[in-house]
Amino acid sequence: MASAFEYAPAPESRSVVDIAPSYGLFIDGEFVDAADGKVFKTVSPSSEEVLAEVAQAGTEDVDRAVKAARKAFEKWSALPGSERAKYLFRIARIIQERSRELAVLETLDNGKPIKETRDADLPLVAAHFFYYAGWADKLDHAGYGANPRPLGVAGQVIPWNFPLLMLAWKIAPALATGNTVVLKPAETTPLSALFFADICRQAGLPKGVVNILPGYGETGAALVAHPDVNKVAFTGSTAVGKAIARSIAGTDKKVTLELGGKGANIVFDDAPIDQAVEGIVNGIFFNQGQVCCAGSRLLVQESIQDELLDSLKRRLSTLRLGDPLDKNTDIGAINSSEQLARITSLVEQGESEGAERWTAACEIPSAGYWFAPTLFTGVTQAHRIARDEIFGPVLSVLSFRTPDEAVAKANNSQYGLSAGIWTEKGSRILAVANKLRAGVVWANTFNKFDPTSPFGGYKESGFGREGGRHGLEAYLDV
Amino acid sequence: MSDATRLSVFKTYKLYVGGKFPRSESGRVYEVSDSKGKWLANAPLSSRKDARDAVVAARKAFGGWAGATAYNRGQILYRVAEMLEGRRDQFVREVADAEGLSKSKAAAVVDAAIDRWVWYAGWTDKIAQIVGGANPVAGPYFNLSTPEPTGVVTVVAPQDSSFLGLVSVIAPVIATGNTAVVIASEKAPLPALSLGEVLATSDLPGGVVNILSGKASEMGPHLAAHQDVNAIDLTGATEGDLARDLEIAAADNLKRVLRPRTEDFAESPGTDRMTAFLETKTVWHPTGSLGASGSSY
Repeated sequence: MASAFEYAPAPESRSVVDIAPSYGLFIDGEFVDAADGKVFKTVSPSSEEVLAEVAQAGTEDVDRAVKAARKAFEKWSALPGSERAKYLFRIARIIQERSRELAVLETLDNGKPIKETRDADLPLVAAHFFYYAGWADKLDHAGYGANPRPLGVAGQVIPWNFPLLMLAWKIAPALATGNTVVLKPAETTPLSALFFADICRQAGLPKGVVNILPGYGETGAALVAHPDVNKVAFTGSTAVGKAIARSIAGTDKKVTLELGGKGANIVFDDAPIDQAVEGIVNGIFFNQGQVCCAGSRLLVQESIQDELLDSLKRRLSTLRLGDPLDKNTDIGAINSSEQLARITSLVEQGESEGAERWTAACEIPSAGYWFAPTLFTGVTQAHRIARDEIFGPVLSVLSFRTPDEAVAKANNSQYGLSAGIWTEKGSRILAVANKLRAGVVWANTFNKFDPTSPFGGYKESGFGREGGRHGLEAYLDV
Repeated sequence: MSDATRLSVFKTYKLYVGGKFPRSESGRVYEVSDSKGKWLANAPLSSRKDARDAVVAARKAFGGWAGATAYNRGQILYRVAEMLEGRRDQFVREVADAEGLSKSKAAAVVDAAIDRWVWYAGWTDKIAQIVGGANPVAGPYFNLSTPEPTGVVTVVAPQDSSFLGLVSVIAPVIATGNTAVVIASEKAPLPALSLGEVLATSDLPGGVVNILSGKASEMGPHLAAHQDVNAIDLTGATEGDLARDLEIAAADNLKRVLRPRTEDFAESPGTDRMTAFLETKTVWHPTGSLGASGSSY
């Protein structure tokens, strides 16, 4: 098999991006050191090479950034929407211009394949700013009454799996509606947010409208808890989401939480097998499975289970794991050693609980953090690998006999973010989609995203929607 | 026999749970008085067990109610208004006693409450068109967002507005297909318990609305922490730090929380009490294309 798929290396050039040895916090339009002088290193997960040293924001810096955002709010919110729109259009255009640079940067800092940053992340980032730019002067028509008002200062905390895209999901609607922003990127992927700060300067965005504070969890906690923050937006783990919900209880802070998932990808016996296999692969191996809406539970109708699994394993054996900058690479690096340890531990638990493990035979690079595509069969609903979010390239396969059983198993989860349905029968798609308790349902497709399409969860996958007209509500006083 | 000599028949006020009228399983009652301190009735002092039973009933009713057509839900909500109109005098008396209002003021409150049911009855088959719709994604995909009910909602009803406020917080929850566990006003629970009798005769399936009398401070923490409750309306949790404490407990399974706020229930309500307990589901499907040019005409 391998010999039929030999590929010469086709690396994307690193020369399009110039990473400085060190970066500061971005507060009130300037890059500054942390008040206590703390820094941390960000490494490339595919090589463990240190990319840069980054200032680590502490409580004092959080306060400084919130003050800057508060000060900027008065003028920014008073600008005509048409002027705010033009700033956002500028930002969208600069992102398009610099998209190759940002794609390479993101791949270096995150470990995901260049194919994904180039073809998915960056186009969606630019599209998101372009979409919300257009809303800024049309808020009267958004269905939230005449002249809906912004909330004030938004404290935003984003994850490492789609660093720049999550930034776009947070900042674009916040600015369009007239709020100002203090954003904390994840500690393992701070660089694209800091490059975005530079884009804000190029766009001439007024000082203090966007502030970027790299740091760890405690920086995020301080930001969320700051008394002068009016709006909290968080994407990340359900455990942290719950902690945030507790910490803002009894305040007036508006909150949106986009949290974990354990998406069921349901394949019926009449599904086109080849298309379904591609959808399953996309569902769980896109971004190494480090996706909150990943289709991490495959529910396959019993009568086609063997055929589907043969086909799936054959396909997984052709996935190319390795250098994320190589344009042929399908599976990049796991984002951090901590995440790799978590995946490894859950996979070990899957084995010890009695599920049967299959892992694609592929060479693992000597440096960096890697996990080969893996699937488990013989999984029961009680197994931890069927319940917990693994956030890695690991698929748990369960079977079902009837549509009712498929729905019951799909909904048997604390989460409710995404689900997939594969069948040629239209009425079955609609009936099943109707019964699934999930915020996004992909039928005969998976992992599709668009700025016009609201995204968010049911149950413990969080609340509020990002994207579309719905995404405005989280940033308006309505 | 004239009124002066006839001994009237008192009503035993009971809970409304799962379409039935149980007493509190605890056997407890508490005295309910009018605004001048005159004894009106003994109301059930509901326990944690009563609250849990109510959640079980509400969960059981959820699938059927959420799955009913919006038209059907509208018909039933309108029927509630019809049944209330027929018992208008009773509610005017109860509201006057509960809130210390003159007969004419109490009548205005009851009329507004009846009209509110009519207003929400009309919303059931319109809200999806207001808050949902097609999304023009950049690709060959059908993409539709629709609102769906959150699930079982605990409602801490307003403490002061014992009837208009009560109706104003229950109707938006159930109009969209949620089911409710309601903690009635502690000091003025009688209009709420009588509302249960109206709901029971309005074709509303049992368990869609469950009404408990007693202490929000006693039942609230259990309902806020209950893992099978999806959302909580804290409107009536005005005592001390109760609202904050309940919000903290609610975070455990990420309940949707509507915080208490100052509200004039006599004013026309917006849609936010409905949208507070709605989820948005977005469904994607490839459309394919019929022509190479991208036009399907």
